Amino acid sequence: MLKESIRLAAREGAERIIESLTQRVREVDSRVNAYVQFDPKKIQRSQTKGPLAGVPVSVKDNICTRGWETTCASKILEGFIPPYDATVVEKLRQAGATIFGKCNMDEFAFGSSCETSAYGPTRNPWDLNRVPGGSSGGSAAAVAAGEAVAALGSDTGGSIRLPAAFCGVVGLKPTYGRVSRYGLVAFGSSFDQIGPITKTVEDSALLMNVIAGHDERDSTSADLPVPDYTKALGRGVKGLRIGLPREFFVKGLDPEIEKSVREAARIYQKMGAVIKEVNLPHTKYSVAVYYIVAVAEASSNLGRFDGVQYGFRAAHGNLRDLYFETRDQGFGEEAKRRILLGTFVLSAGYYEAYYLKGQKVRTLIREDYTKAFDEVDLLLTPVSPTPPFKLGEKLTDPLTMYLSDIFTISVNLAGVPAMALPSGFTKSGLPIGMQLIARPFQEETIFQAAHAYEQETKWFKQNPKL
Amino acid sequence: MVQAESKTLGRYEPVIGLEVHVQLATRSKLFCPCPAQFGAEPNLNTCPVCLGLPGSLPVLNQEALRMAVKAGLALNCRVAERFKFDRKNYFYPDLPKAYQISQFNKPVNGRGFLTVELKDGPKKIGITRAHLEEDAGKLLHEGVKDGSLVDYNRAGVPLLEIVSEPEIFTTEEAYQYLTTLKAILQYLEVSDCDMEKGSLRCDANISIRPRGEKKLGTKVEIKNMNSFRAVERALQFEIERQTGVLTEGGRLTQETRLWNESRGETFSMRSKEYAHDYRYFPEPDLVPFTLSRAEVEAIRRTLPELPNERIQRLVKDYGISEYDSARLVQEKAVAEYYEASVKEGVSAKLAANWILSELLGHLKEAGTAIQGSKVSAQSLAGLIRLIENNTISGKIAKDVLPEMLATGKSAEAVVKEKGLVQVTDVKLIETVVLKIIQANPKGVEDFRSGKKQAAGFLVGQVMKETQGKANPKLVNEILEKKLAK
Repeated sequence: MLKESIRLAAREGAERIIESLTQRVREVDSRVNAYVQFDPKKIQRSQTKGPLAGVPVSVKDNICTRGWETTCASKILEGFIPPYDATVVEKLRQAGATIFGKCNMDEFAFGSSCETSAYGPTRNPWDLNRVPGGSSGGSAAAVAAGEAVAALGSDTGGSIRLPAAFCGVVGLKPTYGRVSRYGLVAFGSSFDQIGPITKTVEDSALLMNVIAGHDERDSTSADLPVPDYTKALGRGVKGLRIGLPREFFVKGLDPEIEKSVREAARIYQKMGAVIKEVNLPHTKYSVAVYYIVAVAEASSNLGRFDGVQYGFRAAHGNLRDLYFETRDQGFGEEAKRRILLGTFVLSAGYYEAYYLKGQKVRTLIREDYTKAFDEVDLLLTPVSPTPPFKLGEKLTDPLTMYLSDIFTISVNLAGVPAMALPSGFTKSGLPIGMQLIARPFQEETIFQAAHAYEQETKWFKQNPKL
Repeated sequence: MVQAESKTLGRYEPVIGLEVHVQLATRSKLFCPCPAQFGAEPNLNTCPVCLGLPGSLPVLNQEALRMAVKAGLALNCRVAERFKFDRKNYFYPDLPKAYQISQFNKPVNGRGFLTVELKDGPKKIGITRAHLEEDAGKLLHEGVKDGSLVDYNRAGVPLLEIVSEPEIFTTEEAYQYLTTLKAILQYLEVSDCDMEKGSLRCDANISIRPRGEKKLGTKVEIKNMNSFRAVERALQFEIERQTGVLTEGGRLTQETRLWNESRGETFSMRSKEYAHDYRYFPEPDLVPFTLSRAEVEAIRRTLPELPNERIQRLVKDYGISEYDSARLVQEKAVAEYYEASVKEGVSAKLAANWILSELLGHLKEAGTAIQGSKVSAQSLAGLIRLIENNTISGKIAKDVLPEMLATGKSAEAVVKEKGLVQVTDVKLIETVVLKIIQANPKGVEDFRSGKKQAAGFLVGQVMKETQGKANPKLVNEILEKKLAK
């Protein structure tokens, strides 16, 4: 869709694309709720230069956009209009793209279902009774429902890949440091990455070409050259060594999903890839480690939302009240839960037992990947243990909810790149996704393999009926 | 009473550690390009980074790092090959991110020391660490009806926190440590160390223990001292207070106390139970840094002459005493002034005396820094030259200097205007001497009969007659010659 839009905009300007997209939002978004901010008057229609000239791109609401409210779907950031663009937004604008709308998400990206938004849940376009996955649920649902040409999401523990899988679209979590985090409202600073959510693999590569690269304003961004990712498309997979990590095919994995991913392995084999089983022995610790280290960082990152400078401020008598009331009324349940958890694991007397130990295990998980990549070029895994679940199904049970990310989290702990892409549908017609994981800064290998599979299967041709 | 007090004091020994924060004199802030200068309109020098806006990220200022390393090298610190930043989390409206980016367990500068000159010789005082951190903003309460205002201009300004070992045992040592540290930092030009502007702040940790005891006593932190003298006074107050509590059989509590300058006492701010848990953890937005030994050596080569080196050089080159040299060198501007005046070709010893015992006194009285003196080093040399070539006496010169300081005129101009030129005309002095001899037969007789002190009286009379302008040396010579006849 992005590719077609680029062509169309070049031929006749972006007006018609924006009009039809706006029309689509008006038709379906009251049901999907993919956008927290959509205002046709704000859409700039004048861009004519650059690789994305005139093309509208939707952006997750935790990415700062100058002149557009950026709330992270939280009450506490109500009315906050950043005076600056995130680097990725700046790059999009420089490439000629126009910001189309701000996408719904779990509050501060805390969640796997897009239900913790202060603006109400986003619904899965394939089944409105089901969740779109989170936290970038708005971005994925918008692309799946045809309400967006392409979108940016952010991924801390699976927040791009899980909704991509649940909504039947393509979501890439780049290598940590590949895309600038400047202007992304931080959740877990050592995990967060911005990435594209698109209808096709090629669209993903086109968007990566624009947003990837070193940024002087982000000390954690890598100073490495950015390849033309579209060049990796069409290379085929002959001789590519693809590993299936044993630890990802375990009890609890939905049989339809397992079947779909194993079938993908078979297809790869048929296309000339070498399939072998590998081990990632510390996988079982990844959820636990993540919920120590990421929430520790989050608790500190969210300290600044105190009602002093911007956003929501509660009525208060004194300074203590200002802090207590603002944060009590401004944050939702899940945000409070994670702030408390993070504060606890960093506090005196617990730091060594939790945070420090967590960091050590994180190193072991990273080493697992390094070793696995001695044997193979790519890993193929499921994205989620289950197909999209029903709204409210896991909301009251945080632990079950956290396990939705069991196959995506270790990727963020290791900082490696990974993509979720459609690998079929359940019998009941719900999308299934698979995950391709590569070595750090080897996004090209992912594009190469993802594109080959996509061209072979063409799942992207199916659209939800809304 | 006084005696009794000093007796109990004698039983206990204070142990002091000092934490000094200095603002580094960088052009921009520690993690963003905003100007770090003092005195702008509130909140003018700010950007998303130092305001801590969501999504903003810090980038380390390399100039601040170089200055920190310079200071570390001058303080004999072990400069780290790998260092990192950490977050210190707490809530306060002047802290825009609700955490301060600081350095917890891998500071840029580790163990070091500095040498202070005490009455009974030099002493090495250990430095635990000297680390980089960002400053907070400022709350303004004055003229605000409801609530407070915040100025974030200072937020993100680079600070170097220099922590001493608990190796300071007297208030004098504390004072000398601070003046020595300040001198070093000023020589390095890494900070202007102006306590009034807040570019140097000092907190003190103090405990007392029975003499001979190895274990440290209960620590009290004192804050809010705005001069080195205030640090000295606050420490003295605490030593007496703590000794008093222990002598009366009481117990000390670990707490933070504030110094009240006008009342001359400390009072409790918060006890240990209310101490913050800062939840330090590595700053994930800044990757750990490495400093190659080559980089450190390159910085070492840029180190200027340091105070201790200069003291020795002045002694060697100008033949002045170590004591005078140390006093001249303490403030870089004074040492510069001194060397500039000596360059004019006047006596190095005279110049030292005139600066230390006359000029600085006048300036201090007027509250002027030497940089603001109306008498330049060249101009002071002019005055000294008049003494050296016998145009005026040293005594007259002492009256000329205040006039120069007040008007900015040269010594020659003042001397000429006031008719203070020294009389060196032998004939003229002879006439006056003869006149005095004639007028004072008693004095002459006393002198001739061996009362040598009578000479002083006669000289005094000659000086009086010439309104102090006669060259005292010539008067002595001529008088002796005439009386001998």
